Amino acid sequence: MLILSCPYCGVAADETELHPGGEGHLVRHGPGSSDDEFESYLFLRRNPRGVHVERWRHVHGCGKWFHAARDTMTMEVIGTYPAQVSEPPSEILNALGARSA
Amino acid sequence: MFDATPPLARARQDGRVSVECAGLTGMVTLRGDIAAIGEPVADATGLSIPDTLGIVEDGGRALAWMSPDELMLFCAYDEAEEIAATLTAATAEDHALVANVSDARAMFELSGEEAALRETLAKLTPADLRPDAFPPGTIRRTRLAQVSGAIWLAEDGAMRVICFRSVADYVFSLLCHAARPAAAVGHF
Ligand SMILES: [Zn+2]
Repeated sequence: MLILSCPYCGVAADETELHPGGEGHLVRHGPGSSDDEFESYLFLRRNPRGVHVERWRHVHGCGKWFHAARDTMTMEVIGTYPAQVSEPPSEILNALGARSA
Repeated sequence: MFDATPPLARARQDGRVSVECAGLTGMVTLRGDIAAIGEPVADATGLSIPDTLGIVEDGGRALAWMSPDELMLFCAYDEAEEIAATLTAATAEDHALVANVSDARAMFELSGEEAALRETLAKLTPADLRPDAFPPGTIRRTRLAQVSGAIWLAEDGAMRVICFRSVADYVFSLLCHAARPAAAVGHF
């Protein structure tokens, strides 16, 4: 069972109180992009065994979307952070760097 | 005009924990930047603005924190429309939304010993209901079995539960089942 702390309300939310939103920080390719770019935006996902950055929504709680960095193999949660960023904040990147070192 | 009918009128189960439909309850939702609309809302309702996950009760009304940009006011059913109009005027300067949602939700009241109330709800929600994590004055929006709801321990000692009216019958059945004396665990 996964427990993620919602960065908006601070609740340590059980997985069943959340809704998964797939891979985080996708780069959007819309009109004017190449077919390959659009395909990658629409269909191609990393699905790693290991560290993954995902989007989650606190659907049964405050209703907000947020990001979570976690390890899909060990179920370790590295951290959660708000949705309004295009890349993980430095404390998350540092934690990820410390893991791979 | 129609005659407002409470969801599950007269629905009640007595026992170690009594479960009762609270009847018609006024509920007004407010959305906006709480830093901006907080003061006019506090002035218009006579209630202070709750902290994150907080609910403030006074004089038969309550104001609950629902999300970083949402509050919910509980009041008498008959005054909800007028309060909503007052709040709309009070927040007219800000980018805000006020709606009377009294008929969209159902409220239940559970009464009994506090430990039994916590135990009854703990059977239905993944929320941490231990007294230090869920003291009176805290409102917790969460999952109740398969649907969304919100729960809080009110100042009068009752556990109040709200859910969408469309699932009122389901939630009432859940609460009654979880409250059965034979289901007592004595965890809290
Ligand atoms: Zn939340």
